[in-house]
Amino acid sequence: MSEFQESNQKRWSHLRKVLERPGPFSHPEFEPSSEILDFIMSSCKLLVIGAGGLGCELLKDLALLGFKNIHVIDMDTIDLSNLNRQFLFRHKDIGSSKAEIAASFINKKIPGCQVIPHFSKIQDFDENFYRQFHIIVCGLDSIVARRWINGMLVSMLNYDDGVLDQQSVIPMVDGGTEGFKGNARVILPGMSACVECTLDLYPPQVNYPLCTIANTPRLPEHCIEYVKLILWPQENPFNVPLDGDDTQHIAWIYEKSMERSLQFNIPGITYRLVQGVVKHIIPAVASTNAVIAGICATEVFKIATSCCVPMNNYMVFNDVDGIYTYTYEAEKKEDCLVCSQTPQILEIKDPNKMKLRQLLELLAESAAYQMKTPGLTTVIDGRNKTLYMATIKSIEERTRDNLNKSLVELGLRDGQDILVADVTSPTTLIIKLKYVIDDVEMK
Amino acid sequence: MIKLFSLKQQKKDGEPSPRPGNQKKASAAQLRITKDINELNLPKTCTTEFPDPDDLLTFKLIICPDEGFYRTGRFIFSFKVGPNYPHEPPKVKCETQVYHPNIDQQGNVCLNILREDWKPVLTINSIVYGLQYLFLEPNPEDPLNKEAAEVLTNNRRLFEQNVQKAIRGGYVGGIYFDRCLK
Repeated sequence: MSEFQESNQKRWSHLRKVLERPGPFSHPEFEPSSEILDFIMSSCKLLVIGAGGLGCELLKDLALLGFKNIHVIDMDTIDLSNLNRQFLFRHKDIGSSKAEIAASFINKKIPGCQVIPHFSKIQDFDENFYRQFHIIVCGLDSIVARRWINGMLVSMLNYDDGVLDQQSVIPMVDGGTEGFKGNARVILPGMSACVECTLDLYPPQVNYPLCTIANTPRLPEHCIEYVKLILWPQENPFNVPLDGDDTQHIAWIYEKSMERSLQFNIPGITYRLVQGVVKHIIPAVASTNAVIAGICATEVFKIATSCCVPMNNYMVFNDVDGIYTYTYEAEKKEDCLVCSQTPQILEIKDPNKMKLRQLLELLAESAAYQMKTPGLTTVIDGRNKTLYMATIKSIEERTRDNLNKSLVELGLRDGQDILVADVTSPTTLIIKLKYVIDDVEMK
Repeated sequence: MIKLFSLKQQKKDGEPSPRPGNQKKASAAQLRITKDINELNLPKTCTTEFPDPDDLLTFKLIICPDEGFYRTGRFIFSFKVGPNYPHEPPKVKCETQVYHPNIDQQGNVCLNILREDWKPVLTINSIVYGLQYLFLEPNPEDPLNKEAAEVLTNNRRLFEQNVQKAIRGGYVGGIYFDRCLK
């Protein structure tokens, strides 16, 4: 045995104890073997979304668990205020891409690990990119981004005769923190509760009543919101929209908020508070990030190896006073906008002849749909397109001509998703057009 | 829980899409707004105007109240629905200058469901009814235009005259209002 192999054997000996022999807590279908470690190291491909507080921890944890093929996406650059907890970054890295610096740090520190960075937005990639991964882990601070990746993973599911093809499921492990609180969850798109199913769980953004801000401020935040919402659009001091990262902008808001707070005798305005309110900064505690990222990485390991049953499926964590955690099964929402429906296939015999009007008649008359006033939209070349909507006068007038166009003339292709809204259904239905080519003549 | 390892098959980079006609998918916000718009049930005093029928996220609401202080006027509101709808409410501004205790000169509207009391179960329709209600029952308790609120509380006749003057176009309390008669 070569020296390299020997040191490799030793290096991963602890993982091998878990993966090469069964234990009392193993997954009931777990089959210990040396192939599992090989799978983790050579085939398994992970995507980490976010290279910030959670992302740095996730990359370190996953690399130390033996994963070698990891991609990381982050659209942000490094800021001085990140350095206290985003430990893959140094002072000299300020201004550089988080994804790129994090990847090169891990690749240098952990031999054999190959992290590939993407200094971009998640929305810049399409489903062909996301399909290459076995598991996706998120360390995000944005609900919009979570909903986007969730929608993407659900839309990539395949169904055969209404039955989910499990090969098309890409598990998503999602972590989130806020101060001393955090949560971690495992989402099996199409099988367990998705982000959209539990959207109500996210706390709403703090919004103060406008009249309080305008007339009866009591908190320093009220003064800052007044300057941001009312004074800025009125005075437009720099002739550009407010940018929370521009120090001149923040300084102006600070000065004006101070004036207002003196007028109403409200103490507590500080530059940091102004920055926090304007940018909606959520306090970050390094140890909370470490705990949540650790849990997420462990779940990734369990899913990838099947050595233990993954968490089912939502864990909350709070260590303000001692440590409190609770894990429960978030349930799928029956009428979830995103994951409750399998796309319904609608067979079309002759898309060159069939007019939109006939499609609408079909939706109204067919026993399966019996719709009243369906509104139809779709996405063509990445742009939303309203095909027809009878209920809104200004839209009806300008989409009426579509009624006499054939499906092909409207640019609808085989496999096209049509969004159909109607009073007869609690959510917008997705109907997939399937063009049935009549090949009798060709024989 | 099932054992998910079908995952062991090797995945390849940039695998071409196995399904034909694959393309960008509609977002959750788009799915929801399509439903909201298709099922808008407007009171007869309200109409909508979509400048681009393909963009259901940007539109105008025109309210012509048929009773109350504002019955002679015509008021336009702009709606912008963001990508985080319905987690976040749409942004609504009043484009018509109006002498109203709950609407300021910049078009900001003080309606609880537009900010602090927004819930994802509410719809565009809820906001339409909320706005219409503001014209039927202006609320001097939580004012945005303090002067108008004071007049409404202390002298309803003067308030009514001021509203009419503003709708016909002219100065009220040193501020010029554009004409917005029906």
